[in-house]
Amino acid sequence: MRSIELAAEELNPLIPHTAEIIVGFIAFSLLYLVLRRAVVPRFEKAFAERTDAIQGGMERAEKAQIEAEAALKQYKVQLQDARGEAASIREEARAQGAAIIEEMRVKAQEEATRIAASAQAAIESERQAALTSLRNEVGTLATQLASKIVGEALDDQVRQSRIVDRFLEDLEKSK
Amino acid sequence: MLSYAAEVGKDEGFNPPDAGDFNLPPFIEGNEFATKPILLVFLSVILISIFFILASRKAALVPSKLQFAGESVYSFVRNDLGREVIGHEFMRFVPYLFTLFTFILVNNVFGIVPMLQFPTMSRISFPYVLAAFTFFIFHYVGIRKQGFLKYMKEIMFLPGIPKPAYILITPLELATYFLVRPLTLSLRLFANMFAGHLLLLVFILGGEHLLQGVIGLKLISPFAFAIGIALTFFEFMVQCLQAYIFTLLTALYIAGALADEH
Repeated sequence: MRSIELAAEELNPLIPHTAEIIVGFIAFSLLYLVLRRAVVPRFEKAFAERTDAIQGGMERAEKAQIEAEAALKQYKVQLQDARGEAASIREEARAQGAAIIEEMRVKAQEEATRIAASAQAAIESERQAALTSLRNEVGTLATQLASKIVGEALDDQVRQSRIVDRFLEDLEKSK
Repeated sequence: MLSYAAEVGKDEGFNPPDAGDFNLPPFIEGNEFATKPILLVFLSVILISIFFILASRKAALVPSKLQFAGESVYSFVRNDLGREVIGHEFMRFVPYLFTLFTFILVNNVFGIVPMLQFPTMSRISFPYVLAAFTFFIFHYVGIRKQGFLKYMKEIMFLPGIPKPAYILITPLELATYFLVRPLTLSLRLFANMFAGHLLLLVFILGGEHLLQGVIGLKLISPFAFAIGIALTFFEFMVQCLQAYIFTLLTALYIAGALADEH
């Protein structure tokens, strides 16, 4: 049992107790030492490592991005080259095609000319042959007609041809 | 608690809880150190130490749940209370702020932990001790940083004030720095915990007492308990808030002492 005075004093909640002050001081100091020695440095270490890791990751990402950009640039240049090459190839092909067509055209022309020339020659020789045979036949017919009219037998070949020649010469002269 | 009321010989009816309910008698007769608040303080030191040592033991890059929980509390104090308030010199004070915050928080929350159910900080001795620590630290920091005379001059003579006003301002400033700050710091914490615990006692002991009354009173009793439970949640908020405020003000005082001009 406490004394009355002590009880009255304890009823005032603003008056501290010596025992509690001592305990509060010791307990708080103890906790401070534990947290400062054992907890804060470890958490700080973890934080520092994490920051490091994140920064390292960011640097790596940056590097990768630079590499990717370089590759993209290279691909673009290559694409440009390829496009240029394709265009030049196309141009060349077009030129070649035109040259081939031109060549063909010339050849065809030549062929046509040649064919026309040979046809003309053939026609000429036919005409010559026809002229010759016509001359013979006309000679014979004319001779027969003449012999009938003249009544003179002109069977002799030599004579016949001499008469015909003379006749024709007369014809040409009369022209 | 009721036993104490019986001990000092109050009458048989309902005795509303009062300051006497915070004077828990020592469980070893005559030993001032064998009281519930003192045991709770040591328990808090053990619990906080074990929790944070386990949480920080591995200090892994990718934290476990436990490490994450510990780190969240630590980085809250470190960044939101230390770095944000104090500035570039904050790292020196982080261990103190961290100890302060966890110590007050756990001891406050003891007020609603089943079986313990006593907020240690409702015993004025402990807030006094903590306020004294903060008081000495921020003055020490200021004197170390600026020299005793310059520090005192900065406190007493605010720049940019007409000279006659110093008659009024200087005593006020002195009182603020050497009396009001430590007193408000400790009393705010103490009073919040004291009043909160008293409130819980009123509703829960009251509910209990109503239960022993006639049938009409028995029916009212659940409401008293319901309010008691609601207040318990409210108390939890106040307990966290008070731990935060005490630490925040400590950081602010340190920051003020470190700053060249107020």
